[in-house]
Amino acid sequence: MIMKGRVHKVGDHIDTDQIIPARFLGSLDPKVLAEGCFFNLIPQFATTVGPGDIVVGGDNFGCGSSREHAPIAIKATGISCVVARSFSRIFYRSAINIGLPAVVCADAVAFAKNGDEMAVDFDRGVVESGDKSAAFAAFGPSILAIIAAGGLVPFMSQRLVSQGARA
Amino acid sequence: MGLTATQKIVASHAGRERVEVGETVTVKVDLAMANDMTGPLAVKQFRAAGATRVFDPDRICIVAGRHMPFRDEAFAKSVGGVGEFCREQGIKNFFANMEGMDHALVPDLGYIRPGMLVCNADSHTCTYGAMGAWGLPMGSTDMAYIFAFGETWVRVPESIRVRYTGRPSRYVTSKDYVLATEGALGVDGARYKTIEFSGPALDALSVDERFTISNMGIEMGAKTSFMAPDAKTKEYLASRTKVPWQAVQSDLDAEFERTVDIDVGKLEPVIAKPHSPDNVVPVSEVKGIRVTQVCIGTCTNGRIIDLQQALEVLRGHKVAPGVRLIVTPATNIITREAEKLGLLDEFRALGATINPPGCGPCAGWHQGALGPDDVCVATHNRNFPGRMGSPKAHVYLSSPYVAAATAIAGEIASPEAITP
Repeated sequence: MIMKGRVHKVGDHIDTDQIIPARFLGSLDPKVLAEGCFFNLIPQFATTVGPGDIVVGGDNFGCGSSREHAPIAIKATGISCVVARSFSRIFYRSAINIGLPAVVCADAVAFAKNGDEMAVDFDRGVVESGDKSAAFAAFGPSILAIIAAGGLVPFMSQRLVSQGARA
Repeated sequence: MGLTATQKIVASHAGRERVEVGETVTVKVDLAMANDMTGPLAVKQFRAAGATRVFDPDRICIVAGRHMPFRDEAFAKSVGGVGEFCREQGIKNFFANMEGMDHALVPDLGYIRPGMLVCNADSHTCTYGAMGAWGLPMGSTDMAYIFAFGETWVRVPESIRVRYTGRPSRYVTSKDYVLATEGALGVDGARYKTIEFSGPALDALSVDERFTISNMGIEMGAKTSFMAPDAKTKEYLASRTKVPWQAVQSDLDAEFERTVDIDVGKLEPVIAKPHSPDNVVPVSEVKGIRVTQVCIGTCTNGRIIDLQQALEVLRGHKVAPGVRLIVTPATNIITREAEKLGLLDEFRALGATINPPGCGPCAGWHQGALGPDDVCVATHNRNFPGRMGSPKAHVYLSSPYVAAATAIAGEIASPEAITP
């Protein structure tokens, strides 16, 4: 699996209120959430996103409130994955659970430039941009199983089916 | 090598003798929770996966009273869907009649006991650490999985020990302790880790004061907060639950990643400046900054003692012209108690507005949202840009004492500066 697109770079400690302000949380409609994505940070962010584009954050990306609307909003804009130096724990889990890969790669953050093309190769564990590349650590088995299933909801479905408990 | 309380709680819920830091294990969840903001998505994901029955209706609790009365049709409708889910699944612990905010409500109902592993789809679940429980914040999809199977995966975290010593001066509170800790550790200084709070100055605090500290663990990135239960925890629980419990604490030779010592005797009242909870300075450094709004309450400082402390400073004064003073008790139990004690009438007489119990203006979408020119001192836990409304608004975080002094002065002020 390779994800490829232009870089949208943001700073350190981007909290979930900056990813999506609370007033957008009345809806679970991804289109509405996409409109609210980075609302106070990058005007009309969703309109600037091309297919496969990548958000590059700094330290502690997704800190603050546990709202899962944050990774859903990012995904709904067409962003394929988020690369950061580090993630807040709740955001990291939730992003992977909903099928928005979260990649920890400090070197890639260092060379990433806003608007540049970037590719994240999950099979090789490498982030590339121009003539630069950086490796990232493999996901642990609990996370890999969820990614392999396509997210936690399909993972849940599989477990329910295997237990004969699915509707 | 001994074990930390975190290792013991994780091990006992993983069916293991011991677990090592860094291991990933599956744990059984004693209580699974969600609220009006995160519950609708958890239910949606539960249904999307094709799940039909929750693992145990008596181990699920949904407190949908954070943003009540609801602000619009969409929100009311989505919470209504959660109510349907609870009826269908036989979940009796569904609170959607103005009971207030979960982190203050469930300990007060005796639902949180030492040694429990509680998952809640909310970042401030770390609040339960003040009860010697392990409160694990989660997203909604993780919660949907827990609703179905009663378990989840966790990485066993390192523990950081924070030790409070010394005697605080007159107006230094547990909020100042935790803000000072925030300043020392930074907004991600405890990322993925447990912060275990301890020390004689912590022991001297009431359980209600301790909640203010455990509540803000997440503002340092912590996975959760923890405090070893003591006689005060026992007394707190005695009137609230008959369910037996057992205290869990770290061994004397347990390994902590680091220890941070804070002498609270050396602190003066502090304040977190915009736009981050770790941007902490002594109040004296920012005194004189004009404010338009002061908020007292919510899950960090919305308990009786917080209202009393604010009134200690406010009594005999008036709220300054041009300042809105908004009081938000955390729960309806607290609102009723505050009415009984006459506290809310005192606030009203001073010119304050009393919000319904819950999150109030903290989440920035009703009951006191801020415009671009507003400057607010709040007893809340977060001041990230746009948290309370406009990203241009300036939000400062403080104790109820400092908030009260500021409301009287109309500018950031230290409580010592207010003559009784």
